[in-house]
Amino acid sequence: MKIVAICGAGIGTSEILRVNAVRALERLDIEADVSASDVASVGSAAADAQVILTSPELVGAIGRTNADVVVIENYFDLEEITAKLEAAVG
Amino acid sequence: MTFSLPSLDQLPDPAIGLQVEAADWRTAVRAVAAALTAAGYAEPTYGDRMIALVEEYGPYIVIAPGLAMAHARPGPDVLAPGLALVTLATPVAFGHAHNDPVSVVLGLAATEADQHVASVAALANVFNDESVVPALAAAVSPDEVRRLLGAAAGADLS
Repeated sequence: MKIVAICGAGIGTSEILRVNAVRALERLDIEADVSASDVASVGSAAADAQVILTSPELVGAIGRTNADVVVIENYFDLEEITAKLEAAVG
Repeated sequence: MTFSLPSLDQLPDPAIGLQVEAADWRTAVRAVAAALTAAGYAEPTYGDRMIALVEEYGPYIVIAPGLAMAHARPGPDVLAPGLALVTLATPVAFGHAHNDPVSVVLGLAATEADQHVASVAALANVFNDESVVPALAAAVSPDEVRRLLGAAAGADLS
């Protein structure tokens, strides 16, 4: 299982999302490789990813992908992240 | 690879702005850019790049109710890894569908791309407590900001 968190620059908000996704996956007892990247390199960073985590604002910029795009509204809401990840991969 | 931001509970006074008057989101981002500049983390052009990122991709930096995390890619105008925090006297709309209006703006500067930003995990620890944003927005002194940031930042980062 490969999961990529995406933001505009790849250094800030995607890292927050990555950290909290790891915590959510621990709750779900799901093993996954979770990385953070920026939207400009989503094509290569997420080429073999099953799930892309991102903001509602960035969905359009991500474009076509075979991965499930999971949209997170509150990056600090572990309940939201856990529920949405469970729906996508559980 | 990791780089270290200064500890959240040691954020220097110049990196903290309280009850700043901002009429719109650009002014709010410029205020946190000014704090990054004052603290020696970035040059003023970094603020222009933080604004450009929002103009290009939308207000995705509003990552939780009331909280924006302004940032841009590493570049020559970043002098050192650093964090700044500004609270707004009047909350400002960034145009985010769910998390407007914003009362607390973080500014993050990083010196190299593709680094695992260890200290950002500490931010996650702080803001996973949803009471922190309103508490920061109401803070009246830099010491109070440091105390709020420090209370949770030392917790387990796993």
